[in-house]
Amino acid sequence: MATDPKLQTIKGEYKQNPMIPWPFQILRVKRETEDTFTLELQPTGDLQEFQFQPGQFNMLYVYGVGEIPISISGDPLNPRILVHTTRAVGIVTKAMDKLPRGEIIGVRGPFGKPWPIEKAIGQDVVFVAGGIGLAPLRPALYDVLAQREKFGKVVLLYGTRTPADVLFRQDLEHWRSRFDLEVYITVDRAMSGWKGNVGVVTTLIPRAPFDPRHTVAYVCGPEVMMRFTATELIKRGVEAHNIYVSLERNMKCAIGLCGHCQFGPFFVCKDGPVFSYSTVKDLLVKWEL
Amino acid sequence: MEDLKRILVEHPFFKDLHQEYLELIVGCASNVRFDAGQKLFTEGTEANEFYLIRVGKVAIELKVPGQREIIIQTLQEGDIIGWSWLMPPYVWHFDARAVELTRAIALDGKCLRTKCELDKNLGYELLKRFSSVMVQQFEATRLQLLDVYGNRS
Repeated sequence: MATDPKLQTIKGEYKQNPMIPWPFQILRVKRETEDTFTLELQPTGDLQEFQFQPGQFNMLYVYGVGEIPISISGDPLNPRILVHTTRAVGIVTKAMDKLPRGEIIGVRGPFGKPWPIEKAIGQDVVFVAGGIGLAPLRPALYDVLAQREKFGKVVLLYGTRTPADVLFRQDLEHWRSRFDLEVYITVDRAMSGWKGNVGVVTTLIPRAPFDPRHTVAYVCGPEVMMRFTATELIKRGVEAHNIYVSLERNMKCAIGLCGHCQFGPFFVCKDGPVFSYSTVKDLLVKWEL
Repeated sequence: MEDLKRILVEHPFFKDLHQEYLELIVGCASNVRFDAGQKLFTEGTEANEFYLIRVGKVAIELKVPGQREIIIQTLQEGDIIGWSWLMPPYVWHFDARAVELTRAIALDGKCLRTKCELDKNLGYELLKRFSSVMVQQFEATRLQLLDVYGNRS
């Protein structure tokens, strides 16, 4: 493996230069849904572990095709395996979807501000995920569950398009079996015979078991969904500054230099992707941003 | 009757409703139970009641030729089902089916319509409450129509 030209990275340069991708090997490709897959990656060479905080993202480089930002979806307490979940929608993700086990992929990161889990200590915690937005929230959920005694009620509200689009089924099954975590799932539409909820994720908020005056909410999904979710959380009594959202823009350099991901006065790659809703709520309704 | 009144008072739809109106409404109410799979009503049939769900879950379904029914919404404890009894031609536009054992209060729409015609204040109070439910459901439907889960990578 040492002779592979892709691995000719100068020792130490990775840590010093965030623009240089580090080669990771694909350990496992897991199909989550028809168009969504999870890659489990292992660092190669001198890098033994990849430390990150929940909510951060990496730039993943498919050699010869291109580089894209993808949130980390794995367990921060297991830094030996780097996990990313994405949907095959563009040129790079479609090429990524075809990579076999054992192939090498370039990784730069981790970048960005994480979910501020420490703000929720002593409070109830509500995770609201829409579609593939569950992926960037999963590390935060792992983190909270690893120190469960520090929090009040923990609730996951998850909405997706159809029953076939439900991600991380094994995790959801496990989480639903826990007595210290409330999980509610809804889909936008289903065929007769589906025993679960049908309706948008915001409809779960009024009846979810948490104390809005002492709640921190972490929300991730399409921007429209996050806006409506924040509105509903506020209507329930959650303070806007206790609601955190994860934004997605066209990150390129990922270190706040190129300006591709500029969002009003912020660079999403450096100042985000996680923002307090009170900070960005006025920007979220600006069409030109 | 006292039990029904207590249930109505405790249901979110009738929260803070004037005692005098509750007395009128309870005369149109009855306890009902639906087993899993049983239909509450069917598209195209006369709509003469609405339901306050006490326990259970109900799916609102739409028939599509050549396919199984599509569930467009589920409703559960604390929710209200049906407003077709309010407006002519008083016909259901969807099917409603119990997903699991469901207990509800059925309110006779014909009986209520008559009482609302006789007491416009009652009619206005009920319409305000139904409008609020309709607005919530329209907002949710708009979000559903956006199909927002399409493109996040």
